[in-house]
This record gives sequence, structure tokens and C-alpha cells, in this order.
Amino acid sequence: MLSRTADNLYWLARYVERADFLARIIKAAQRLATLPTSYSGTGTEWESALESSGAAQGFRATRGAAEEASVVDYLAFAPDNPSSIRNCIKFARANARAVRTALTAEMWEAINGAWIELGRFETSNNGSSRYDREELSRFFEFVKKTSLDYDGSVDRTMLRNDAYWFSRAGLYIERADNTARILDVKYHVLLPEHEAVGGSVDYFQWTAILRAVSSLTAYHWVYRESVKPWLIADLLILKKEMPRSLIACYDNIVRFLDAIGDAYGRVGPSQTQARDVLARLEHATTNEIFKIGLHEFITAFVEDNDRLGETISEQYLLH
Amino acid sequence: MPEVSCFDEMTLADGAIRPVYGKIASWLAATPAGLLAARRAQAELLFRRIGITFAVYGEGDGTERLIPFDIIPRMMLRSEWTRLEAGLMQRVKALNLFLADIYGAQEIVKAGRIPADLVSRNAEFRPEMVGWRVPHDIYVHIAGIDVVRTGEDDFYVLEDNVRTPSGVSYMLENREVMMRVAPDLFADHRVAPVENYPDVLLAALRSLAPPAATAEPTIVVLTPGRFNSAYYEHSFLADKLGVELVEGSDLLVEDRIVYMRTTQGEKRVDVIYRRIDDSFLDPQVFRADSIIGVAGLMDAYRAGNVTITNAVGTGIADDKAIYTYVPEIIDFYLGERALLNNVPTWRCREPSALRYVQAHLSELVVKEVNGSGGYGMLVGPHASVAEREVFAAKLAHDPDNFIAQPTLALSTTPTLCDAGIAPRHVDLRPFVLIGANGMRVVPGGLTRVALKEKSLVVNSSQGGGTKDTWIVEDSIFDEIPAPRGQNHMI
Repeated sequence: MLSRTADNLYWLARYVERADFLARIIKAAQRLATLPTSYSGTGTEWESALESSGAAQGFRATRGAAEEASVVDYLAFAPDNPSSIRNCIKFARANARAVRTALTAEMWEAINGAWIELGRFETSNNGSSRYDREELSRFFEFVKKTSLDYDGSVDRTMLRNDAYWFSRAGLYIERADNTARILDVKYHVLLPEHEAVGGSVDYFQWTAILRAVSSLTAYHWVYRESVKPWLIADLLILKKEMPRSLIACYDNIVRFLDAIGDAYGRVGPSQTQARDVLARLEHATTNEIFKIGLHEFITAFVEDNDRLGETISEQYLLH
Repeated sequence: MPEVSCFDEMTLADGAIRPVYGKIASWLAATPAGLLAARRAQAELLFRRIGITFAVYGEGDGTERLIPFDIIPRMMLRSEWTRLEAGLMQRVKALNLFLADIYGAQEIVKAGRIPADLVSRNAEFRPEMVGWRVPHDIYVHIAGIDVVRTGEDDFYVLEDNVRTPSGVSYMLENREVMMRVAPDLFADHRVAPVENYPDVLLAALRSLAPPAATAEPTIVVLTPGRFNSAYYEHSFLADKLGVELVEGSDLLVEDRIVYMRTTQGEKRVDVIYRRIDDSFLDPQVFRADSIIGVAGLMDAYRAGNVTITNAVGTGIADDKAIYTYVPEIIDFYLGERALLNNVPTWRCREPSALRYVQAHLSELVVKEVNGSGGYGMLVGPHASVAEREVFAAKLAHDPDNFIAQPTLALSTTPTLCDAGIAPRHVDLRPFVLIGANGMRVVPGGLTRVALKEKSLVVNSSQGGGTKDTWIVEDSIFDEIPAPRGQNHMI
């Protein structure tokens, strides 16, 4: 297939996944922000939301204090934030339009429908940067539904060939990045010693993390006990059955990159790098991770993940 | 302007309904206005969801609009179509012979049938094409011929489009949408299908692959990119053909062979269905500032390593000045009388014609020889005095650049307008496909309709809309045989 087409499909998947993650981050932060400060702890939820989404720098350079209205507007709708939900949907649609021939009708309708809906939402809000909470809630539901629609149509309608594999590789690289980011921002509340110090104040912080990756219920099914910070780390990093864990993402990345390698009869640096990361995750234990330092572990992972993204681009997408 | 009485394709002057519209007339009479409007809204929603939009130049980046779609089909009998089809095929056959001659021995010029300077000084003449032959001597592979009707038996060719004619995606999508919004009407009419157009096109493109190509030639559609006004159509066609949609930057030429950049390295390309104008194709040969072309493409083309459709240089055959000579072209190469009329045309390059045009500006349509899309033209009867004066100055300054035609009384067909169903002027663009495997015209075409009352301009860029075009068998209107006698008591 054309390198450009593969590149568009890969990024299309990343933008859809990113929009979904942003919607979840904002919702989780909103939930925390409505609690009395004695429950939510720090009271810096909006700062964390900015950090987790990687938009903190841009926000600080152009906006004032990090408070609900300004952060929500920046993360969800700001045209000048390259990773706002609005821009993710716009870029997703631009990529989709550039490769319409590689999309099934259902995939196109999912993305184009989201883009039309976004336009309607922006018009009805008249360009204001203030939003009615109910409207917002509908908007975030719509974003989550878009990713479900898109993902479902990829799964149900796409031929299983390189176009599918590049699309899936993009999805999991993005998802691994998102999960790692939220772990990185919240690592301090996940440290084992923290529990002894802070008691249950952090409970809501922990559940907010789980909500942001839609795994609060999954947690209970896997561990069958109350929420413990080190188990959250275990779940999000090392549990293969958890679809947003780092190891599950890499399980998939390896699978899809190998499928490409098999089909092309040739493997390259991206296959090797992905296998290395997966092997490290497979041999890791939570104890060891905490010994190295959770923060250090996550930072190294984010760098590895970024590097793999670049390698995939060089090997396949930028010819 | 005096009201010209024009031919309505549904209702004759005496109020009688033409048989081909019989069932449409009853359908319109039986369907409440609200339901028609609801169906139109449903159709519009479908178009928007599918994303059939076009970009309008000059309206800022990324403006996408829908072409208005009218849900009342334009009807034609098979017998009428068969005549039309023969005329279209004759015309395209002659134009291909003309192009082979123009880039070869130029017999038609030597015979004095066409002025030499009309060829040699023509901006669309490509010296790069002189002295070598394109595969199978076919230059035009895809043609869209604009036809208008003025009476029961009167068809005129308005213009030949043999560069990169567009609109076929609307022909195909209009049909799909009509089938969804009016399934009962379809069941009643047994409409000739158009859905095989992509297959016919693919077979034609495959037949044109260079001899060096494998049994599975690689075909691509070359687009200027997603900001082009017809980008939707480019992606639509690539998708229906099952071939890659490439941009110039996806292609490269090495040792006179064209390759595309794929995730598995370079892949050889055999046939390029280009939707880029000649002048942007190859910056080494044509416009050096083209960033949408492919350097070295013409070398590969002339070496016979890749086929380009339509061939480079076909513009000289649909030039509006050459148009006036098409009946002579048909006579010269085929020894036949043209089956389809040309619109009578004054060539402003001829002094007596120019004088006539200048004296009758308010009655005539004056067009730039090289204009397209309804731009650069004056519709005399509808223009203001000031507009006519501005145009008269342009005409006097460069008469060679203009032709003039009488305003034709284009036929009208019933169209759903804001105020209800009303007659609106239409034209028709059928598409002719030519491969080494022969010539085909898919029955139907794109009907364009001028939505504004009395307007004669059907171009989508000027507020025109489209309709589905139905070719129906004459036999479906035959009287149903009366049932055998029965006793009324049953």
C-alpha cells in the first residue's frame, strides 16, 4: 500500500484514541473537582488533567490560571491547542478524507458523522468558551461513542491486511502513551509508602485514575478487593487481560507489527524494538518496578514508546 | 427579453403528458408536497453523510458544499437514447482520429479544412506529443459530452469535454440515493443500470497497459489532492476501481519508469488515470512551479513505459474554437454526416461574424474559447447593459478568444423547487469510455438542472443542481393487454 495511506490510517487511529482519552480525563477531573477538598486531596485536578493530556505547556503559555472552565475549553474545544478534542476530530477527518479509498463506508461514516456533529455542537454554543454542564456531558458521551463507532467499524468491516494492521498499531501506540501519561502524572499517589502516610484521602484519586482508563469495574473483577494503589499500578502496567494496560498494548503492537513483517516477508527495527519492550514488561514485577522507582520506569517507557513510533514512521510511513 | 417557448419533457404545449413521464406525473400528483420535501431532505442527509461534497474556489480554505439534488428523475426512452448514443460514439471516434492526425501528419490542415494557426497557435496544442503515437492511437479514453434538447427530435452538443471530465460520481451516487428514497418508482420503471460504469472503466484502463506490464497491470488515479474541488470524485473512482489514489508526491520516475512509494518500497505503475491538467503533470516539461506533478513523467510516457489517460494534449479537441469544426472533422475522417447537431456558432476570429456578434450581443451567449465551468461567459439576454459593455470591450480587444451562440431554448423538466414543482432547464452529460477493447456509453449520464427560474446556467459552481437520469425501455409503456373476458358477477 502507499506509504502515505498507511501514515494517514495510523494517525487517524491515534487521533480517535486521543480524543476518547481526553474526554475521559476531563470527566474524571470534573468528578474529583466536585468533591470537598478534604476528599479530593490536593485540589489541583485541573493542573493534573493538563499534565496527563500533554497540554500543560501550551496552556500556560496562552491561558491564565488552571480552573475548570478554562481547562475544559482548552482541552476540548480550543482551536489553538493542537491536541484538543475538537482538533483530534478535525485531524482524524482530514486524514480520513485523504484516504477515503482505504476506509470502509462504515469507518468513513463514523468519522464524518462525528465531524458533522462537532460542527453542530460548536454552532449551538455560538463560539462561546463557556459550556453548560449538561451540554458538556452530552459532548463527552458523544466523543466516547465516536471512538466506539469507529473502533467497532474497523473491527467489523475492515479487511485484515496491512491497512488494518497499521491502523491497529497506531491505536495501541497512542493508547500505551495515554495510559503511561496518566500513570506518570499520578505516580506519587500510587507509591506504596504513600498509603501509610495519607490513609484513605487518596481513594478518590485512585478511583479517578481507574475511571480515566475505564477500568474501575475491571479492577474489582481482577483483584476482588478494595482499591490499593500498588494494585492499580499492577493492573495498568502488567495485566494482559486489562485492555488499556501497557503490556496489553504491547502484546497487540507486537502482533500487528509481526503481521506486517510476515506479509511483507521482511522484518526491521520496529519489530525488534516492540519485542524488546514487551519482553521487559513480561519479565517485570510490581516489586521490581517500585524498586527502580515508578516514575523512572514510566518515564523510560514513554521514551521507548515514542521511539517506536518514530521507527515505525521511518520504516514504513515516510518513504 | 422575449419569452422563448421551450420544450418541456413532461408536459406538451397542449397539456398532454409525454408517455415517458406518465408514471412520474401520476407519482407527483399522488404524493403530498410535504412527503416530497421530506424525501428531498432524506436525500440531502444521505449525500452529507456519504460526504459527497465539492470545494468552491474562492470561498476560503476547506469550504465544502453539497450540490443540490433534485429527486424528480429526468426521463428518456431507450429509442431516444440509442440515437443519442450513436451520435456520441461517432463524435468521440472522430475526435480521436483528429488528435492522432494533429499530432501526426496534420492531413486535415493540409487539406485546408481547418485553419493552420488554430492548431499551431492553440494554447492547448502540446508540441511534446508531436511525432510519436500513443498506445492504440487512442487519445481520449474518457469523454463527457454535454448535450441539450430543444424539441422532440432536436438534440445539440453544447461542448465536448475530453480533458478530465468530471461528474460521473454524481451520476452513480444520484442513482444510489434515488434507489433509497424512491424504491417504488424504480420498481415501476425498470431503469437501465449505470452501476457497471466502474467495471467498464477498469476494463478500458487495463486494456491500455503498456506491453511491458504484467498480466495484472498496476493502475492508479492521480489527484491534485484533497483540496481540489473534485477530490471526492477522485477518491470515489479509485475506490470503485479498487486502485490506489495517488498524489504527485506518491510517484517517482527512475530510468523512465514510474513507481509509487509503498510501505514495501517502490512499485511499478503501468496506467495513470490522471485528474490533473496537462500543464501541472511534469514540472520538467510543463509548468516548473507545479508541486502536484511528477518530475520525469513525460519521459516515461514517451518511452512507452506508462499510459496516461486521457492522453496529454487532448485539450485541443475540446477547445471551443475547434468545436465549431467538429461537423467538418466528422466528415473528413469518417465521411459521415454528424448525427448530433452542433449549436450554430459565430467564430469571432472571422471579421463578418465578429460584426454580427457585436451588433447582437443582447441576444447571444458569448464564451471564451478556453473558459470552463460557466466562467468567462456572457449570457446576453440576461446581462445588464453595463455587463454587456464590459464584455464588448473584452471582445473587441481579443476577438480570437471568443465564440458566440444563439441562446438555445433548453428543454425543461419538472423540478422540486421551494414553491413547489416547476419546470427548470436541464442539460445532460453522458460519459463515453474508449479502450483498446472498444467503445462503450453507460446508458444515462449526469443531468444538470438550473434551479433558478429561467436560468440557463447549469454549472454546479453557479448554483446548478443535479438529477438522476433514467433510460427506460419503450416497451414498458405499451398497453397492458386486456384480461380475458370475465363475468362481472364474480
